[in-house]
Amino acid sequence: MIDLKTITIKSARKSLDKGEFSAEDLAKSYLAEIEKVNSEINAYLEVYEDVLEQAKEADKQISLGNIKPLTGIPISIKDNLLLKGKRVSSASKILEGFIAPYNATAIQKLKDQNAVFLGRTNMDEFAMGGSTENSAFGVTKNPLDKDRVAGGSSGGSIASVAMSGALASLGSDTGGSVREPAAFCGVVGLKPTYGSVSRHGLMAMGSSLDIIGPATKTVSDSEILFNAIKGQDKMDSTTYGENLYPKTERKGNVIGVPFEILEKDGIDKEVKKNFEESLEKMKEKGFEIKDIKLPTISYSLSVYYILMPAEVSSNLARFDGVKYGLHLEGQNLLEDYLKTRGEGFGKEVRRRILIGTYVLSAGYADDYYKKALAVREKIREDFKKAFQDVDIIATPTTPMPAFKIGEKSSDPLSMYMADIFTVPANIVGIPALSLPSGFVSTDTEDMPVAIQFMADYDREDLLFSAGKKFLGEDF
Amino acid sequence: MINYDSITFMINKEDIKNLASLARVGINEGEAESLTKEIDSILEYVSQIKSFSEDFDLEKPLLRNVLRDDVLTNNIGEYTKDILDNAPKTEKNYVDVKNIF
Repeated sequence: MIDLKTITIKSARKSLDKGEFSAEDLAKSYLAEIEKVNSEINAYLEVYEDVLEQAKEADKQISLGNIKPLTGIPISIKDNLLLKGKRVSSASKILEGFIAPYNATAIQKLKDQNAVFLGRTNMDEFAMGGSTENSAFGVTKNPLDKDRVAGGSSGGSIASVAMSGALASLGSDTGGSVREPAAFCGVVGLKPTYGSVSRHGLMAMGSSLDIIGPATKTVSDSEILFNAIKGQDKMDSTTYGENLYPKTERKGNVIGVPFEILEKDGIDKEVKKNFEESLEKMKEKGFEIKDIKLPTISYSLSVYYILMPAEVSSNLARFDGVKYGLHLEGQNLLEDYLKTRGEGFGKEVRRRILIGTYVLSAGYADDYYKKALAVREKIREDFKKAFQDVDIIATPTTPMPAFKIGEKSSDPLSMYMADIFTVPANIVGIPALSLPSGFVSTDTEDMPVAIQFMADYDREDLLFSAGKKFLGEDF
Repeated sequence: MINYDSITFMINKEDIKNLASLARVGINEGEAESLTKEIDSILEYVSQIKSFSEDFDLEKPLLRNVLRDDVLTNNIGEYTKDILDNAPKTEKNYVDVKNIF
């Protein structure tokens, strides 16, 4: 029996290489677990029919000595990543029947290592949301308390790992979509530096913010998966090579905390207490804690909820009922568009398209879109200044633990507030890592909460080393 | 035209209907109503950035275009079938579209 609760990529690698079990054994264990728990959790939208074939191929490669870090490792992928020949829908009705015509670059890199793709996971439609309640295929439940959300938008990806239904998962993070569910489900979630991982084959949401990121059980696993998918790609011109960010020598032991923003309303008392305990823990591990000021950070959420919908309204123009997926018939082409997009897109997607259209429209673009671009630069400058004195900036990942299903779905603005600590990293483009930091009591189960570490561009190395220390993986 | 005179609310129902038609998203009367309320409160929140008073230079471009050479990057017809198979309506090797004019 393989113990799926304790296994990691690192430990599985050793066992596979020593022949303690085969990739096929491992894949079978996961398929059995998915069969048992997925109908209740709804993490997977589809389990691929060729999982065992993939695993057998991985076993063949292992026997030939052609072993890479992820050979035979079973992972799940968010339903907005293209895997050639497989269905992919962004959890939207508008992509009904769509088959990926090519592999996303990140997927191709994992295929090249003979990783085993278990299936595609549920998400908020087109990655818009923080609870997976906006999926056209039903909510993903939190494996730790089934009355609560798993978070979102990569809720299915993260839940698949938390329910022991995958060893790791790939999600995407535009404003916290890997880190927030990771915090809600007690797993490790990474939002890499903008441009570090190619988005070719990732369905675009907010193109100046989007990045693919891994969800794993440990920081070491996060590092392994990140190293496997990163790198410059001619199919995504925002990706960068080795020398864009020259690396300076850093000790990596000074943590800046914008204590000011923790005084704001809406931050759960227990989350705050847990965060302070986490900082104490880091002090004991030899880190210095410094109070820092980020004067413009309070504008982040506004900037995000202007720029993101603007980019959404433009990116989603391609779904027109002509090129792919759903087509609803009207009297003329205009009616085809109105019907297909009106009924094919869910409510949150329609809402954001309209907001984006508004902030880009004549007479408003200067007040909203252009101003938001300018404020974004100020926020960037604030972070740049802060990183002159500190190696890492720490905040809680979310202001509260996982909320109940339905609790926030009628009030989009209160849902957006869950992103308050995660959006700055996307606005600025820096990497951020969410680490489970313990549990807080709620009126039902004790639920996990998390601490977020952010670092300067291309400094995932500082996040991994501090993260390993925080989780005790550094022995 | 968007109503530039709305004072008490950021946005009204007619604005929402107009935006929906510009964005080619069909919405019904009831939804126009609920979207007006929701979008109004979101716009009110994000209007916070109007209070940002530091000078900024809107003219300076922040991004530059990166273009590849206009050459063939795949074999002719390599993806044609897969892509056409995803289109709702095709004729021969074309996507079938209704008259535009």
